[in-house]
Amino acid sequence: MDSLDVARIKKDFPILERVVNDKQIVYLDNAATTQKPTSVIEKINDYNRFSHANPHRGAHILSVESTKIYDDAKEKVKSFINAHSTEEIIFTRNTTESLNLIAQSYGREFIEKGDEIVITISSHHSNILPWQRIAKEKDAILKYLYLDKDGRLPMEEVYKKITKKTKLLSIEGMSNVLGTIHPLKEIIKYAHNMGTKVIVDGAQSVPHIKIDVKDLDADFLVFSAHKMLGPMGIGVLYGKKEILESMPPFLLGGDMIEYVSEQDSSFAPLPFKFEAGTQNVEGAAGLLEAINYLENIGIENIKLHEEVLTQYTLEKMMNISYLDIQGPLDMENRGGIISFTIKDVHPHDTATILDSYGIAIRSGHHCAQPLMHYMGVPSTSRVSFYLYNTLEDADKFLYAIKNVRKWLGYGS
Amino acid sequence: MDLNSLYSEIIMEHNRSSHNKGDLENPTVSERGYNPSCGDDLNIEFILEDQMIKDAKFKGYGCAISQASTSIMIDLVKDITIKEALDLADIFLRMIQKDASDEEIEKLEEAIAFQNISNMPARVKCAVLPWHTLKQALKNY
Ligand SMILES: [Zn+2]
Repeated sequence: MDSLDVARIKKDFPILERVVNDKQIVYLDNAATTQKPTSVIEKINDYNRFSHANPHRGAHILSVESTKIYDDAKEKVKSFINAHSTEEIIFTRNTTESLNLIAQSYGREFIEKGDEIVITISSHHSNILPWQRIAKEKDAILKYLYLDKDGRLPMEEVYKKITKKTKLLSIEGMSNVLGTIHPLKEIIKYAHNMGTKVIVDGAQSVPHIKIDVKDLDADFLVFSAHKMLGPMGIGVLYGKKEILESMPPFLLGGDMIEYVSEQDSSFAPLPFKFEAGTQNVEGAAGLLEAINYLENIGIENIKLHEEVLTQYTLEKMMNISYLDIQGPLDMENRGGIISFTIKDVHPHDTATILDSYGIAIRSGHHCAQPLMHYMGVPSTSRVSFYLYNTLEDADKFLYAIKNVRKWLGYGS
Repeated sequence: MDLNSLYSEIIMEHNRSSHNKGDLENPTVSERGYNPSCGDDLNIEFILEDQMIKDAKFKGYGCAISQASTSIMIDLVKDITIKEALDLADIFLRMIQKDASDEEIEKLEEAIAFQNISNMPARVKCAVLPWHTLKQALKNY
């Protein structure tokens, strides 16, 4: 029934062997960040031990090797998302920085008074705040796409909100709170007919769902390495070449210039125009190896495995009367993220109690306060799966949540 | 710190009890306390008279630790002077930092239940929230 040899995969992740208070860690906070396989840890280690130098500058062997690793990582990301060329791949610190770059560069240059920017109510704060600022600065209008009661985005809402006035749509591939997967291809096609440019926030989707930017026809795609087995501090901004070329640089400084005179400068070609200063080569090395690992296993297989885990867990959770699930209750267009609340129990207490069982989950507003407000819950607990999780992990989680109310002195 | 000492009898009792919850008529001062890491959001109202705390009540949403800590604090500070209440707040905050004498800690009565919360760094903010809110509310009186 399962597409993965998880017992073997688990052995690749040394942190999952950790035992705390006699309990082996069950890591179910993958929507926040994922763990690293030995190959990624060693790749970063090897880079630092043998090849560390400033890339794209020196003539010496270390700089040549460092440059090669950085360029190989770009090439790998390009083929992973099926971009046309590495000119379209910009390395940033993370998804948040990628979105800010688009807002500050593309948004500042092209958004005008009265234009409309559309985002989803389920957006992460990093896809809300940059647009709030641009909308205020430019006297533009920020509009929201609302989800239905099951946490799905109806196409009627898209037809209603995206009009000829919509300059930009920025939408997540998968909600970090509800696990909903939006029908991106259909939405992007409709938006393009209205002359709207589309940004896909792939932070939660790229690690779990095969993406092909040519097929999807997204104008921008942003994601972070640390949610897909890679290190923190490196993220990706993909943009169509002609759009990136039309945009002014975001940060100014070293590495992104062509010529600099006392009063004027010209900028380096893509992608370097957007990569000011010394870049995160060890991060790039880690991302490169993380993609290798994911490709070896196959993103499609990972998705199928997560569907098995999610369906199993959802069905058991639905049978617990004092438990409320936020988001879709069936597997149609949903990924491995489940948000829930337990009657009379604050989510922070749930997380603390699960921690005592060795189970790592997340509680809070998940950087999505407008969504929380829209759903009428101040915060939720969230469990999220990845390739190394097993049905046994799900069972340990289910056992622990059945004990939460008892710890707080409620009968059952 | 294990769960039994975190979710102790006293803390659970106060978490479930509503005797300090609700609104006051014509409060002298009302102060909101918010803990973004956990989402604890409470509002405490005080009636002050002749430098005394005559009454206090709270409303809001939060975890068991913040709710219990608020309820225990209100029991402690009712019918004492503002100065005494601020002194208790000072002792409570120092107790959490392991910087209060046994003699001082004794004055905190039921609030001693939070003595070991510093072993759970993720929950310290929940326990101290009402005391910070009280300090903020009373600082101009
Ligand atoms: Zn709290």
